[in-house]
Amino acid sequence: MRAYLALEDGTVFQGEAFGSDVAHSGEVVFNTGMTGYQKILTDPSYCGQIVVLTYPLIGNYGTNNDDFESKKPWVRGFVVKELCDYPSNWRSVMKLDEFCRKYGIPGLTGIDTRALTRRLRNYGTMRGIIASGEQDPEKLVKAAQGAPSISGQDLVRAVSTRQVEVWGEGPTRVVVVDFGAKSNILRSLVRRNCTVYLVPAWTTGEEILSYQPDGVVLSNGPGDPKDVMYAVETVRQLIGKVPIMGICLGHQILALALGGDTYKLKFGHRGSNHPVRDCETGRVYITSQNHGFAVEEKSLPESEVVVSHRNLNDGTVEGLRHLKLPVFSVQFHPEGAPGPMDSGYLFDHFMNMLA
Amino acid sequence: MPLNPALKKVMVIGSGPIIIGQAAEFDYAGTQACRALKEEGIEVVLINSNPATIMTDPEMADKIYIEPLTLEFLTWVIAKEHPQGLLPTLGGQVGLNLAVQLAEAGVLAEYGVALLGTPLEAIKKAEDRQLFKRMLDEIGEPVPESIVVETVEDAVAFANEVGYPVVVRPAYTLGGTGGGLAGNEKELRDTVSRGLALSMIGQVLVERSVAGWKEIEYEVMRDGAGNCITICNMENIDPMGIHTGDSIVVAPSQTLSDFEFQLLRTASLKIIRALGVEGGCNIQFALDPSSFNYYVIEVNPRVSRSSALASKATGYPIARVAAKIALGYRLDEIKNAVTGKTSACFEPALDYCVVKIPRWPFDKFREADRSLGTQMKATGEVMAIDRTFEGALLKAVRSLEISNACLNSPEYQTLGEVQLKERLRTPSDDRLFLVAHALQRGFDVGVIAELTGIDRFFLMKIKEITDLAKVLSEVKDIADLTPALIRQAKLKGMSDDLIGRLTGIDPEEIRQFRTGFGIKPVYKMVDTCAAEFEAATPYFYSTYDSENEAIPTSKRKVLVLGSGPIRIGQGIEFDYCSVHSVRALREEGIEALIINNNPETVSTDFDTADRLYFEPLTLEDVLHVVELEQPEGVIVQFGGQTAINLAEPLARAGVRILGTAVEKIDEAEDRERFERLLSLLNIPKPPGRGASSPEEALAIAREIGYPVLVRPSYVLGGRAMEIVYHEGDLINYVKNAVAVSQHHPILVDKYFQGKEIEVDAVCDGQDVLIPGIMEHIERAGVHSGDSIAVYPARLPQGVQDRIVEDTCKIARALQVRGILNIQYVYYNDEVYVIEVNPRASRTVPYLSKITGIPMVRLATKIMLGRTLRELGYSGGLAQRNSFVAVKVPVFSFGKLTGVDTFLGPEMKSTGEVMGVDRSVSQALYKGLLAAGCSVPRSGAVLLTIADRDKNAALPVVRGLAGLGLKFYATRGTARFLSNNGIEVAEVNKIAGGSPHVVDLIRSGKVNFVINTYNEGREPVRDGFQIRRAAVEHGIPCLTSLDTAQALLEVISFLQSGKETSLVALDEYGR
Repeated sequence: MRAYLALEDGTVFQGEAFGSDVAHSGEVVFNTGMTGYQKILTDPSYCGQIVVLTYPLIGNYGTNNDDFESKKPWVRGFVVKELCDYPSNWRSVMKLDEFCRKYGIPGLTGIDTRALTRRLRNYGTMRGIIASGEQDPEKLVKAAQGAPSISGQDLVRAVSTRQVEVWGEGPTRVVVVDFGAKSNILRSLVRRNCTVYLVPAWTTGEEILSYQPDGVVLSNGPGDPKDVMYAVETVRQLIGKVPIMGICLGHQILALALGGDTYKLKFGHRGSNHPVRDCETGRVYITSQNHGFAVEEKSLPESEVVVSHRNLNDGTVEGLRHLKLPVFSVQFHPEGAPGPMDSGYLFDHFMNMLA
Repeated sequence: MPLNPALKKVMVIGSGPIIIGQAAEFDYAGTQACRALKEEGIEVVLINSNPATIMTDPEMADKIYIEPLTLEFLTWVIAKEHPQGLLPTLGGQVGLNLAVQLAEAGVLAEYGVALLGTPLEAIKKAEDRQLFKRMLDEIGEPVPESIVVETVEDAVAFANEVGYPVVVRPAYTLGGTGGGLAGNEKELRDTVSRGLALSMIGQVLVERSVAGWKEIEYEVMRDGAGNCITICNMENIDPMGIHTGDSIVVAPSQTLSDFEFQLLRTASLKIIRALGVEGGCNIQFALDPSSFNYYVIEVNPRVSRSSALASKATGYPIARVAAKIALGYRLDEIKNAVTGKTSACFEPALDYCVVKIPRWPFDKFREADRSLGTQMKATGEVMAIDRTFEGALLKAVRSLEISNACLNSPEYQTLGEVQLKERLRTPSDDRLFLVAHALQRGFDVGVIAELTGIDRFFLMKIKEITDLAKVLSEVKDIADLTPALIRQAKLKGMSDDLIGRLTGIDPEEIRQFRTGFGIKPVYKMVDTCAAEFEAATPYFYSTYDSENEAIPTSKRKVLVLGSGPIRIGQGIEFDYCSVHSVRALREEGIEALIINNNPETVSTDFDTADRLYFEPLTLEDVLHVVELEQPEGVIVQFGGQTAINLAEPLARAGVRILGTAVEKIDEAEDRERFERLLSLLNIPKPPGRGASSPEEALAIAREIGYPVLVRPSYVLGGRAMEIVYHEGDLINYVKNAVAVSQHHPILVDKYFQGKEIEVDAVCDGQDVLIPGIMEHIERAGVHSGDSIAVYPARLPQGVQDRIVEDTCKIARALQVRGILNIQYVYYNDEVYVIEVNPRASRTVPYLSKITGIPMVRLATKIMLGRTLRELGYSGGLAQRNSFVAVKVPVFSFGKLTGVDTFLGPEMKSTGEVMGVDRSVSQALYKGLLAAGCSVPRSGAVLLTIADRDKNAALPVVRGLAGLGLKFYATRGTARFLSNNGIEVAEVNKIAGGSPHVVDLIRSGKVNFVINTYNEGREPVRDGFQIRRAAVEHGIPCLTSLDTAQALLEVISFLQSGKETSLVALDEYGR
């Protein structure tokens, strides 16, 4: 069946449909990782977005029961160059096509994804709509233009856990505030002998402290950090009372809580190959990234925080460290999944803070 | 860390001649390294014995030594040049081994030379099996369990522990003889007892088998500060058990999920850190296809063939960055030369699929064992890029330029099911085609997966192609074609030619049809970052998609056709020529475009040409580029036969060919037209003509007299060419070796066993510049590529004048604009023309280097309309300098079991070296040494001389006797020598029983063998066995008395106590 991706700038790509036949709008973003599509689909940070993969052959190893970063996929739509119809991997239980159909994700295949990527790179991320069947392209463009912007929606509320979940049974108690946490963050903590309390994003500071945590992790999540000012308020209450580690959206929320500012990047960083320098050691790590917003360096209170990590490509802020308190955060994903685990040492660093 | 200011002069070791397992990739790596060093203001001293390399060009290094790569010569260069540093990891295994030898001999310490980049301990840890295993144990990375045993019982106990199958490898036997896979205890007992008997030290290694596991490679880099990145991973389509150089490889991996990808990536970083590599490194893993279990198989602590492939596959200049790291830079201090903005400390993201297919020499070596295993057999490789796997695969197949590159060879039709299964089970060079055939026959994918160990993913992709082929083969008429079907075929990588073969429709008609519907490829950029950043690289590949990124400039531009994969007869020389042509164009301010598909080469480096199109060299693929770019012309003279063969079809398609007119190229290549031209010019050629029936062939031979040279007219490059001495053999040849018919005539020519002379010349249509005349040591009959060539030729003045005169006449008559090559034979005071090639020949780099005349650059500029005079040259034979240069061929027989090493009219060498000195014997000594032939000063020679050569052999044998050498000989030769008063020990022929002639070779009592050819090619013959035994024991075996005579001169020189001298390239002209 025919399917379309229409962008707000009027560009329309026509290809073949896969997955669900619903029409979805969202912010169109590209990811340059060559593996890890199932983890990308199930990463709650992609909530509200239509994801384009730049690697052209997708679905080769099918989908399996393990590679879930949350309970279900969150992307609004999925665009690939070529969808593999005969996956081959010992863990595969379902074709990607069936997987997308099962979870209601509309897919588009057979389009020039590189042309689309170049457009997004040159003109920035855009709103778009994926639809299948007989469609009027002009109407689709209108629909894309009418779609909500990524900012202004409280996407965190949609993806966050509603009930408290407990992971692991180690001696170290860590509360993870779930703005859309990837499971591998939780697994990384459990592996380091933690009992993890995964709490809803709207949990108050007081409630969090009632778990008597040794430390708090502010998780990754979707959307604009300024849409979750309630979380910023919560973090303000926690600073100084407990060691804190922020990841991705958690990092941006922490920056806002410390009085800093955030801004939207032209087309963001999404992929598994972003070099980040640890400013203290000078060492560079290849990191997994997925963010459309970044922390404004100039906005940070110099007396309280320093930039601990910086992106080697564009110099943007990739990490913060509080000068006096056991509080730090990174923009990238030390848990990888998908992507390299080179910066997994940051979890160790966090554990040392709690000791 | 910034650059160490104490480092002013650095030495780079090249990798020497092209042999199987070590091809052009090290010229590419070395060239990048030299440039990276020079950019830093460092003086570069280079040593390499291979003249057909860009790295040995005057502008690449400050001081260049084309000298043998031996400890002695390297020490000499160090003593003379006093470099402060040595870069050991860019010259392949040869360069690495020499660096280790220099360190261990104390040379580096004595002269205060620092080893740059990866430290010696790291190299040793990776190279020494025991140290390597211990290190991996320490860091918890798994290696296949193995044990060294001296008894069968120990082997059985081990196998019971790890489980069957196990691999048995006897220690210290050649080519893995006596080893094998044991699937049960009985097989193990047999194999181990045989292996123990064969091993020189009575030991065998028993190892857990990972045959059938996925073979995955990672290219990793690390800097001195500990920053690590992986450039790319690659998945071998063929499973473990086949040498990666002989495997079809895809990048990036296709069947690994992110978990497996990261698992092996993490292991790679752990290993490179533990080793302490500072530079590039290649790590091979075996991964269980049905669990997360893996083993580390091998680590190369240097730039390798795989890193050249990874460089071209990703656009990341590994060798360049490795060189910068060796100078002390950190990865994040080095710029990504491709984007020009980002840093080199990142991991390339691919948004396309890359397929590499090896190029095997079995079209030349029909008798070779074509099965593939742990010993690499390919001479070269091709790479293709596309947005689909099928597209990349079929492009790669096209790039191979092999005749069986179709999906359903008639040869396979005759195979029974059992035979086909057996052939699928045994890895061989044509397994890809057998798989395609089996699929077309309806074999189940699961069955093929079982038989071949190839992942279903790849088999299903091949099935996509064969299924579509089936649909197409049902189309019988152009009216049945639809644009949708053609578009689909194009997405699956099918050429018009293939579609034509499947449908029976003329490819040109298909082309017209599809272009009418606008079905043509677009070009995408290889940018290292999947379009995330804007890149400035002019590196493109074609694909059937919507957006074209290769927007032509408005500049004047010319397209140079490269030479494709390295194969016997078409080696690195042509890449050298292509690169020079590109440089000449750029010097003239013209945008240089190049098409090539060989990932090992300098020509496919992203900054060699103004634009690189990584494409097959077929008419369709070239025309697509021409239609897009609209160059003012195409240069076909430098890409070997590959490029010249495209001249006529391109011209027919309306493309302007620069230089010599296509019609004149045809006149040189068409035998009849050429003969007419020669008789018009009054230049003699050996008598002979074409025969279209066996009877006619015999009649011609009778008329001109034996011996005759026979060959089919429709194959090039000396294939199936033979010298026939008797009518009986000719009957045998026309009946069995080649099918003679009206459509496939054979050529029968008088064979003159005279002195072969070769000339390369540059002509502007008027003036003809002959940089030099070369003579071949071996008489006509040995392929010119396999002969030792000497410059300048030693000829009487009159003969030299005749050759100059004839060369000028031919060049003018053909109105050559550019370059040409002529081969002559000088016999009984007459000079005959054997062959004219209206293109650059394999001797061009060698002759350019020794004479200092940049032939390719001159030829290219002439094609653009310049004259020799304008370029500062006049016609005629150039003044010679005071040096002698010898070109010595290098063979890879050790790797090709079953191949007869006898030298004849079919070319067999894979590479060459150059020896330069003031006298022929000095230069020969260097050349032979560089070619790996250790010339003995004394010792014993085994002689087996054919009857017809016996008299001619006498002076050589007497000469050797005079130098004190001792002789062994088989009966006939021994009697003949005794009768002539030469002392000789007789040795049994093989049939005479042990100890026989082969035992003698194995015993190490003889230093070299002189064996001349007795008719009959069956491998059982003594001659064949003697020659193979010599190869397998590393003893020089000379099959021509002329080579023996040359060796005699060298031994005499060595005994004289005279010295060779060290000669730098810049001294040649003095």
